Amino acid sequence: MKLAYYPGCSSEGSAIEYDLSTKKTARMLEIDLQELEDWNCCGATSAHNTNKLLAGSLPARNLAIAEQNGMDTILAPCAACYNRLHSTELAARKDNALREKIQEVIDMDFKALTTTISVLEWLDNKVGIDKIKAKVSNPLKGMKAACYYGCLLVRPAEHTGFDDTEDPQSMDRIVRALGAQTVDWPYKVECCGAALATSRPEIGAKMIYEVIANAKAAGAECLVTACPLCMLNLDMRQAGTEKMFKEKLNLPVYYVTELVAIAGGASPAEVGVGKHFVEAISYLQSLPARAAEMEAAEPRPVKKAAKAEPDDSDGEAVASEDAEALQKKIDAMIKGFNKNPDKMAARLIEDEERAKVLVEVISGDEKKTARLAELMVTDKEKATKAAEAFVTGELKKREKESKG
Amino acid sequence: MESTIKLTPLTEHDQVLLDKIEKEAGTSINLCYQCGKCSAGCPVGFAMDYTPRQVIRLLQLGLVNEALSAESIWICASCETCSARCPRGVDIASLMDTLRREALDRGIINDKKVAVFNQAFLAGVRNFGRTYEAGLLLTHNLKTMQPFKDAELGLPMMSRGKVHLFPAKIKGREQVKKIFERAEKMRGEQ
Repeated sequence: MKLAYYPGCSSEGSAIEYDLSTKKTARMLEIDLQELEDWNCCGATSAHNTNKLLAGSLPARNLAIAEQNGMDTILAPCAACYNRLHSTELAARKDNALREKIQEVIDMDFKALTTTISVLEWLDNKVGIDKIKAKVSNPLKGMKAACYYGCLLVRPAEHTGFDDTEDPQSMDRIVRALGAQTVDWPYKVECCGAALATSRPEIGAKMIYEVIANAKAAGAECLVTACPLCMLNLDMRQAGTEKMFKEKLNLPVYYVTELVAIAGGASPAEVGVGKHFVEAISYLQSLPARAAEMEAAEPRPVKKAAKAEPDDSDGEAVASEDAEALQKKIDAMIKGFNKNPDKMAARLIEDEERAKVLVEVISGDEKKTARLAELMVTDKEKATKAAEAFVTGELKKREKESKG
Repeated sequence: MESTIKLTPLTEHDQVLLDKIEKEAGTSINLCYQCGKCSAGCPVGFAMDYTPRQVIRLLQLGLVNEALSAESIWICASCETCSARCPRGVDIASLMDTLRREALDRGIINDKKVAVFNQAFLAGVRNFGRTYEAGLLLTHNLKTMQPFKDAELGLPMMSRGKVHLFPAKIKGREQVKKIFERAEKMRGEQ
C-alpha cells in the first residue's frame, strides 16, 4: 500500500521521534510512505489568524504536489497540519470560486482531489486493529495509559468525521491492541493550550497541569498523544508546570506511533523515546514486572475465563480485555453495595429479616463486600449461597454471645 | 457619559462590518440564543475578559468595536470545542478567527505577544518555506522583550537533536514568497 507522507515542520525538530516512529510503524505494517517532494509549511495556526486566503494557499501547494504525483491519500501525523490540509481540501471542494482563487495564488493546478488523514484514522480505519494486533511481538502488558486526543484530531466533526468528538475511542483501540490497558478519563479531548504556553505561559501552564493531573487521577501511569504540540506541552513543559504548581507529576508521554513500533519489536531508543524530556524508557522497562503484579492481583474467576478459551489465538488479549470489563462490573457492584446496601441485600436474600442481617454483616467489611460483588458478577447462585452463609454464621455468633 | 452604551439600531457602517464578519466566518450570529454551552466548555474561558457567549452578545448588540477590542479573541486557543457543542450550529471558533484577522487589519491588537508570534512564524515560512522553530522562539522572545524566556529549554533541545543551527530551506522558496505576495494582494478581492 502506498501513502503520500507530509511530515510537517516539527518532524525536523521538536517532533523528531514522531517522524522516526511513524516511519518505523509504516515499515512494520508494510506501507510505503512517499514523502511529498519539496513540501512547504502548512501555515498553522498563524496563517489562519492572519489571512484566510494565505491559510488556504500554503496547504494547497502541498496538495497540488500530491495531485501532480498521482497520490490520492496523504498521511499528516501532526494534528495541526492534518487540520489545515484537510480543511483546505474540503473548503475548496465545496467552493469552486475559492479553489480557483487558490489556484491563482499558488500558480499550480489544484483540483482538491486528495484526502488527508491523521495517524489515528490511518491506524484505526485504514490499517485496522486486527492487522496491528497481528504485528505485536512485544505486547505492552502492564501499561496503564490515558489516551489524549486533544482538539484537532476529533474536531471539527465535519472534518474528522470518523470518531466521536466527546469520547473518541480510536486511539484507545490501538493502544489496547498493543496489550496495554487504557483508562476512562474526562480530559481526553480538552485543549492543552497549544501556543498559549509560549505566548501566555500563565494561562498555558494551567491547561497543561489540568490534563496531566486528571490523567493521573484516573489511574494512568502514562499519556499517549498523536500531536507534536500536545507532546511539546505535556512533555517538554511538564517540568515548568511542576514548578509552577509545586507538585511532582512525573508522567511519561508517548506518541502512539512509538508504542506501535515498540510493541512490534522496535527498541525504545531506535524510535527516539530517549529524546523525551520526562524520562520515558524506564516505565517501558518496568512493564513486565507490572504485568506480573497485575496478574497476581487479578480475581480468580478471571483466570478461569482465560482458560475457557484456550483455542482463541487472541486469547491473551481477549482475556485481558475481559478482565478489565469484569473488574469494572465488580467495581460497579461494590459501589452499589456501599451506596444502597438494602437494595443489594434484597437481591440476594428474600427474607427481610435475614437481608437486614446481611446488611449489618457486610457494612464496613470490605473483604466480604468485594467477595459478594465478585460472585454476583460471575455466579449469581454462588453469591446467594455465600450471602446465606454469612447470615447464618452471624446469627449463630449472636446466639452464642447472647447465651454466654 | 463615556461608559454608557447606546443601544440604538446599528449604524450603516457597523452593519456593513458585521455582514462582512459573518460572511467571512461562514456563520450567523443571530442563530445564537445565548445558552452559554460554548462558554461552559471553553478551556480558556477562565482567562477571558468576555466569554465566547458574551463576545457573540456584543456582536448581536452591534458593539462590534467592543468585540474587536476584547482580549478574549487573542486568548482563544482555536480548540473548536465551542463550535462542536453549539446546539444552534454557530461556528464560534471561525468567528473568533475572523475577529482576530479583522482586529489585526484595524490595528486593534489587545495582545501583542500573540500577534508577534504569528508575525515571526509567517516571516520564517515566507523566507524558508518551512518553520524554523528555534529561530521562531528567539525572534518571539526578542520582540516581546523577554530574551531569557524558556532559555532553560534551549540546551536540552539541542542535546536531543531537536534544534538545528540553521533553518531547513526548500527548493520552492521563491514560489512560496510569491504565494505570500499574491495572497496579500488578492485577499481583499471578493
